[in-house]
Amino acid sequence: MGDAQTNFDEMKHADGEIRPAYTDYCKWYDEQDPRWLKRKNSEADESFRRTGITFNVYGEDEAEERLIPFDMVPRVITAGEWRRLTRGIEQRVRALNAFLYDLYHRQEIIRAGRVPERLFRNNAAWLPNMVGFTPPGGIYTHISGIDLVRTGPNDFFVLEDNARTPSGVSYMLENRETMMAMFPDLFSRVAVESVSNYPRRLARSLAACAPPKCEGTPRIAVLTPGIYNSAYFEHAFLADQMGAELVEGSDLRVVNGRVQMRTTSGYTPVDVLYRRVDDDYLDPLTFEPDSVLGVPGIMDVYRSGGITIANAPGTGVSDDKAIYSFMPEIVEFYTGEKALLPNVETWRCADEDSLAYVLDNLEELVVKEVHGSGGYGMLIGPTATKKDIRTFRAKLEANPENYIAQPTLSLSTCPIFTAKGLAPRHVDLRPFVLASPKGIDITPGGLTRVALKKGSLVVNSSQGGGTKDTWVLKD
Amino acid sequence: MLGRTANGLFWMFRYLERAENTARLLEAGLRMALTRDLTTAREEWRSVISTLGQRRQYEAGYEDYEGPSAWNFVLRDKANPANVREMFGAVRSNARVARTSISSEMWEAVNESWMKLDSMLSRPVSQSAVGDVVTTIRRAGTQVHGALDGSMLRNEAYHFARAGTYVERAESTARILDMKYYLLLPSLNHVGSSLDSGQWDQVLRSVAGASAYTWLNAGEIDARGIVQFLVLDERFPRSLAFCRGALRDNLAALARIHGREGGSNELMRSADMQIADTSADDIFDMGLHEFLIDYISRNAAIGEAIGEDYRFLA
Repeated sequence: MGDAQTNFDEMKHADGEIRPAYTDYCKWYDEQDPRWLKRKNSEADESFRRTGITFNVYGEDEAEERLIPFDMVPRVITAGEWRRLTRGIEQRVRALNAFLYDLYHRQEIIRAGRVPERLFRNNAAWLPNMVGFTPPGGIYTHISGIDLVRTGPNDFFVLEDNARTPSGVSYMLENRETMMAMFPDLFSRVAVESVSNYPRRLARSLAACAPPKCEGTPRIAVLTPGIYNSAYFEHAFLADQMGAELVEGSDLRVVNGRVQMRTTSGYTPVDVLYRRVDDDYLDPLTFEPDSVLGVPGIMDVYRSGGITIANAPGTGVSDDKAIYSFMPEIVEFYTGEKALLPNVETWRCADEDSLAYVLDNLEELVVKEVHGSGGYGMLIGPTATKKDIRTFRAKLEANPENYIAQPTLSLSTCPIFTAKGLAPRHVDLRPFVLASPKGIDITPGGLTRVALKKGSLVVNSSQGGGTKDTWVLKD
Repeated sequence: MLGRTANGLFWMFRYLERAENTARLLEAGLRMALTRDLTTAREEWRSVISTLGQRRQYEAGYEDYEGPSAWNFVLRDKANPANVREMFGAVRSNARVARTSISSEMWEAVNESWMKLDSMLSRPVSQSAVGDVVTTIRRAGTQVHGALDGSMLRNEAYHFARAGTYVERAESTARILDMKYYLLLPSLNHVGSSLDSGQWDQVLRSVAGASAYTWLNAGEIDARGIVQFLVLDERFPRSLAFCRGALRDNLAALARIHGREGGSNELMRSADMQIADTSADDIFDMGLHEFLIDYISRNAAIGEAIGEDYRFLA
């Protein structure tokens, strides 16, 4: 696998003919002086450093802040492709919300025998104190990121649902800003949907989920673990762009039954808290007693309608990869329709038959931990050494319910700019989805992650992946 | 805005001012060391380190006062927790804390300067490079202040930034003057006698006031002229009177925005009396050193009161 010729390339047909999505871009590209393009490519890094779009790496003193590599060739999606995608994404996010509501209420889906109870009982993200409570507006996943992969002209699959605290949206926005600053003429030649109003859409969507006790215009705050967090740049960026306050746990306190922030003129209530800290750290009275990131008593305020927490505590249960494997059933159960976006075929190693199949075919499969993320703790069979496979087999046999397996997909490629010209690399796509009682809102674009190493299928930034600007063409 | 953010802005500008003042002090010391004999140069570096209040730390690590060890100590030595590299790091991390309250232009000015300085100061600074470093630090200050002036809303964030600048600047000018006040003493006994012009030229340079002073006093350097200029002249942007006036205006603006006065405004009023209607003679009668110590402690008290009034920490 990973052989460029057998992959679906998003720019070119196998015979070299340019696909419609890229016609205008390629025409522009061919007119540019290659030396000028090379110079531009190195300028991009400089511009990211200057604006401080960096992420922190723990445990590395000197190189404390790193850049996520940016590739200047856009990833292009046609208007028609995007329309189909958004229908599928919208359906999926509605189902996710309904599923979370049901899990924390009557659990009809379990009573109906469509998903087994053990699935969430063993899940660390399951929060018993959310049972019976309905978050303001009935919304759990205010912001989600649905990771998609492509294998053919009309073949998009959902690889993962990120409903806990999806990150990366600042790259969607800054990549576009950088592209427009570098190649203004390109945007006058190709009509691309704008992404720049995402922060306003986010603010509007969050405001629509204001809690019952909110008076007047909802006050929104972004809760960050602080400047040493790897995504601090994004937290500050979003707060700045939304005109919201960027708060830390130490700025917040429960006063008169509301969560209030310490301003220069005293304590002022927060109505909607877009938190970028995990559930465990949210309320030391309810969860981790040692947490200094959270706000003692916030859960009581939440339950009494004094604040909206986005995403709702306990939402992370749906990020579980074992639950993912039931998504087709979940979508059907709550929407009465077949899932428009298919899952990647998944073997649950908890099932004996599946386990046997997986153990027999480790060399062909990708095996993931059900609670894992960031591309860690997984086995990519086709590229693994014999030793890797042996070690993994032992782990899998010891604890099968901790794993799922998927076929190694023949991910689509998209060209990146290299010293030797354009070269195809594997990509995925994370569109960002907002949910409120007013509806589902999907910004046309998203975060395209790209594996920079030839043939590599790992796109995670922590493991050598980069990003690209993602274009949705106008009709 | 958040108290913590206000604290970030206040300290971002205090550190920026401190870095800039340190650079000016170094620059003046360098010039002095180049134009004097070796013994005087040693004396000079000792005086620079003392003015910065770092004598004890310096002497723990070095036997002698020599140019390269002195400027490297001030600029980048890890044994000196108040080195300029750290200081500028503090400017940047406070800017990150206050990121949502400053303009992108300001953030970029800070971030770019930090990248440049951090790389310049990652290796020992040689004789041929030190001038460049000092200029870069000064320019960083100019750039950030320019961005503040040209791109920031005149809201509380702006006034916290300004307040931090003037609290720090006032302290710095007062300290520099206090370190050198003994040089004025001989002249007080023979009024009219001229001073060691080299020494005073250096002091004036270290507060960016040499040419302004010359212009105002036709080049004549005497004790009264110096005190008049560095303490009382409201036209000179680093004088004690100017800094206090500017601080007063910014505190008044903050009180207006918040619809109430606090402890800082009250302290300001009584501090104002210290300088208003005071002449150079009054200051000599009281004793310059005593006057400066009083000024420094009032300034520090106002700085602290700002933090309490606007809930920087709690």
